Amino acid sequence: MSRELRRVSIIVLAMFAALFLSTSIIQVGQSDNLRSDPRNTRTILASFSAERGDIIVGGEPIASSTPVDDDYQFLRQYANGPLYAPATGYSIINGEPRGVEGALNRELAGTADSTFLARLNQIITGQRPKGASVTLTLDANLQQVAWDALGDKTGAVVALNPKTGQILAMVSKPSYDPNQLASHDRQQALAAYDALVADPTKPLQNRAIAGDLYAPGSTFKLITTATALESGDYTPDSEFPNPGSLTLTGTSTTITNSEGGSCGGGATASIATALRLSCNIPFAQLGGELGAKKIQAQAEKFGFGDDEIDIPQHVTPSQYPLYTDAAKVEQSAFGQADDRVTPLQMAMVSAGIANGGIVMKPNLVQEITAPDLSPLQEFTATEYGRAISEQTATTMTQMMINGVNSGAASNARISGVQVAGKTGTAQNGVGDPYTLWFTGFAPADDPQIAVAVVVANGGGLGQNGFGNTLAAPIAKKVMEAVVKR
Amino acid sequence: MSASTSSAAGPSLATGPGRISDFTSSIRIRLREPARLRNIELPLLLFAIGLSIGAMALVQLGAQGQFDEGMLALPAALGGLALVGHIILRVTAPNADPFLLPIATVLNGIGIAEISRLDIAEHRLGWDALGVKQVVFSAIAMVLAFIVLAAFRNVRVLSRYRYIAMFVGIALLLLPMAFKPINGAQVWVTIAGINFQPGELAKIALAIFFAGYLVTARDSLSIIGRKLGPLQFPRARDLGPILIVWVVAMGVLVVQRDLGTSLLYFGLFLVMIYVATARLSWVVLGMTLFIGGALIASQTLGYVNGRFVTWLDAFSNEQYRADRGSFQVVQGLFGLADGGLIGTGLGQGRPDIVPIAESDFIIPSLGEELGLIGLFAILGLYLLMVSRGLRIGHLGDDDFGRLLGVGLSFVIALQTFIVVGGVTRVIPLTGLTTPFLAAGGSSLVANWIIVALLLRLSDGIRPARFPGGLQ
Repeated sequence: MSRELRRVSIIVLAMFAALFLSTSIIQVGQSDNLRSDPRNTRTILASFSAERGDIIVGGEPIASSTPVDDDYQFLRQYANGPLYAPATGYSIINGEPRGVEGALNRELAGTADSTFLARLNQIITGQRPKGASVTLTLDANLQQVAWDALGDKTGAVVALNPKTGQILAMVSKPSYDPNQLASHDRQQALAAYDALVADPTKPLQNRAIAGDLYAPGSTFKLITTATALESGDYTPDSEFPNPGSLTLTGTSTTITNSEGGSCGGGATASIATALRLSCNIPFAQLGGELGAKKIQAQAEKFGFGDDEIDIPQHVTPSQYPLYTDAAKVEQSAFGQADDRVTPLQMAMVSAGIANGGIVMKPNLVQEITAPDLSPLQEFTATEYGRAISEQTATTMTQMMINGVNSGAASNARISGVQVAGKTGTAQNGVGDPYTLWFTGFAPADDPQIAVAVVVANGGGLGQNGFGNTLAAPIAKKVMEAVVKR
Repeated sequence: MSASTSSAAGPSLATGPGRISDFTSSIRIRLREPARLRNIELPLLLFAIGLSIGAMALVQLGAQGQFDEGMLALPAALGGLALVGHIILRVTAPNADPFLLPIATVLNGIGIAEISRLDIAEHRLGWDALGVKQVVFSAIAMVLAFIVLAAFRNVRVLSRYRYIAMFVGIALLLLPMAFKPINGAQVWVTIAGINFQPGELAKIALAIFFAGYLVTARDSLSIIGRKLGPLQFPRARDLGPILIVWVVAMGVLVVQRDLGTSLLYFGLFLVMIYVATARLSWVVLGMTLFIGGALIASQTLGYVNGRFVTWLDAFSNEQYRADRGSFQVVQGLFGLADGGLIGTGLGQGRPDIVPIAESDFIIPSLGEELGLIGLFAILGLYLLMVSRGLRIGHLGDDDFGRLLGVGLSFVIALQTFIVVGGVTRVIPLTGLTTPFLAAGGSSLVANWIIVALLLRLSDGIRPARFPGGLQ
């Protein structure tokens, strides 16, 4: 019996070993994964009812938790809710938080690993655990300027510091009030949420970094130009035939320049002239010569197609598909066909040109601070990568200055300051209102700010509005607020 | 007689008077030994009672932020009864194992604290509070266990009643079929509004029957019929018993829809027949039969198949949202993950999110609030309890008692494995209760009686078998 008993003992030990192992895997090995499962009611409840840390802009909290006398103990309140909604996002009962509230949920709720020591300290000293505070890179004044400048138009404004990648302003309209969603009255919060989801103007979309994306129109010519100059086969003076209309390869579709007629007169048009006056036909020909593969490679250096850009909320990747159809390649070169972008992406293009060819990683968070004000995490400027050579950057800056000073982007001019810029007026299908763009930076010789402005739905003017008439003036006000300080 | 006794006694008598004092002092130690074991038990028991009261106090503070002294009466009552048990042991079983009573007490006490914690979360008060009921059940269970302890001074007599035990066991197993199922499992008997799971008691009756039967039948069961490779299979005419047990186990699975109970009884039988006959072929044969039967059941019975799919695919949204799907398991896992290494602290987690957390999911509830450290401690207590029981099998000198000790210990181990393995996804989830911890009277009565039997069996181990007193 002894031998058999020993074997039974071994089996019992093996059964318990399996239990020791399984509980270890669940409670230690996999605990982070399980905690971050969106269905984890505990994480949601804990982060909702915790005394979350503040979200701070310019020293003032724009999201804070105030004690209340109910089950959840702390009510999340948003100062200037609609203005900052694209940045803060919201915290909602029994749902996943969004925006910075979602992306840094564990830091704000005080459950992240980086806040472990702070939490331990709170437990030992008997304080109520409080989450870490998050300071944003936003400039409160600039955010307000951008908000006012966009008025009641549908669209978005993004402003970057081209040297650091810090996001100085991020506005999306129409917006919503996160206070409605943070209500502790479950019915009320859900009703508000359902109404926002059902709203045809899609206020919950952060148009600056996500949502349905927009056709970039002529702002994409910056990327086509960069591809040409980087190839070494072209200079700004490279000439193209200059007809008044062009039949796309293999189709009967004809395209024209946006103002009609040829591009600035003459038998040929240079790339410089085509960019300055924003002519479509020379770019269609240039795009056809370059091919989709080269243009895509260049676009990706600026950030297109990258699904891992988080600011910390996730940025929807902009698209330049690898077109195989010659006509589509020609259209894509001036930002039509299936090109789709976020305003943040276009701001990154301008910022890359402004920063001598190096694109900085866009970033919304300046610092994460423990409740005792000790810094947990500080963000430093990080290079995203070199998109173009310094030489190309200098050349393109001059071309963009010309566009503002004596070209299609005239409404972005600021007296006493050199502005570099590019407009866009994207078509969206027959009869649909245009999407109006401006992207650029200022001052051109020492860039402090790079912007992208998109005005959707034709700015209310259907097919009668243009990037220069509607988007450029908004961008001008935003840039002015920084350079005239 | 063990070698150590003869070597100690022999030479001392043969030599001069100087050695005689050695000999008499060794006798004195022998005489003191019984009290020594109880003296080891007493501080352990006081510690167990202290832990139980402390756990209840922490639950009160953690879950409602204030101290309700009245609630401390619950673990105190448990502790009082455990001390009564200690005194009964001193009188009737002074040589009994000193670890079993403290372990059962602390597990029971922690269970009461956690159940009370869930009462607070679910706003169950007074006699609706499951914690209060659990103390009443514990009291009944302990009193019954003490009666068993005092009444059966010699467990060997039980072997005479092995066939009565068999009928009682099978009757208890089949009884629930006459009653309505509760929560989908037909394992309940309802008499005068009180629900009872007779299957829990059946495991004791069956362990007695298996032990009694196998001790008498093992010679014929050990006869080799056919050799197949390294395995020596029994004769066809000896296959009757295993087939009967298999049919009963399959009946429990198919009719009562209770995979856990089915697995528990069959596993118990296999281990006992293996230990009795030393033939691995019985285990191979039995496992083949059981796995084959379970596979056919899983193909043909939606209930069994569902349990498997829910187990393997627990995290899919489909299973998570399905009726009787993986919601409970996955929420239990979330709770465990939330507890992490050190736990949220008693009363400070959200174990009430898991449906019926106080019975099948008491382990995730405790894991959430006590952390991995707490679960390791609880599992360690079970392991220690089981090893003390298996020790009877090693050291006992009566084969019936040895087999019964092994069977009863193994049933605790297997039940713990099936329940904890089920909630941690080692195996599919089945409906069994966690011994001593989970809310439920039947389980407490059965497990306390098992402890009483193990205590009685361990008392029967002659001190000479372990000269150091403790091994």
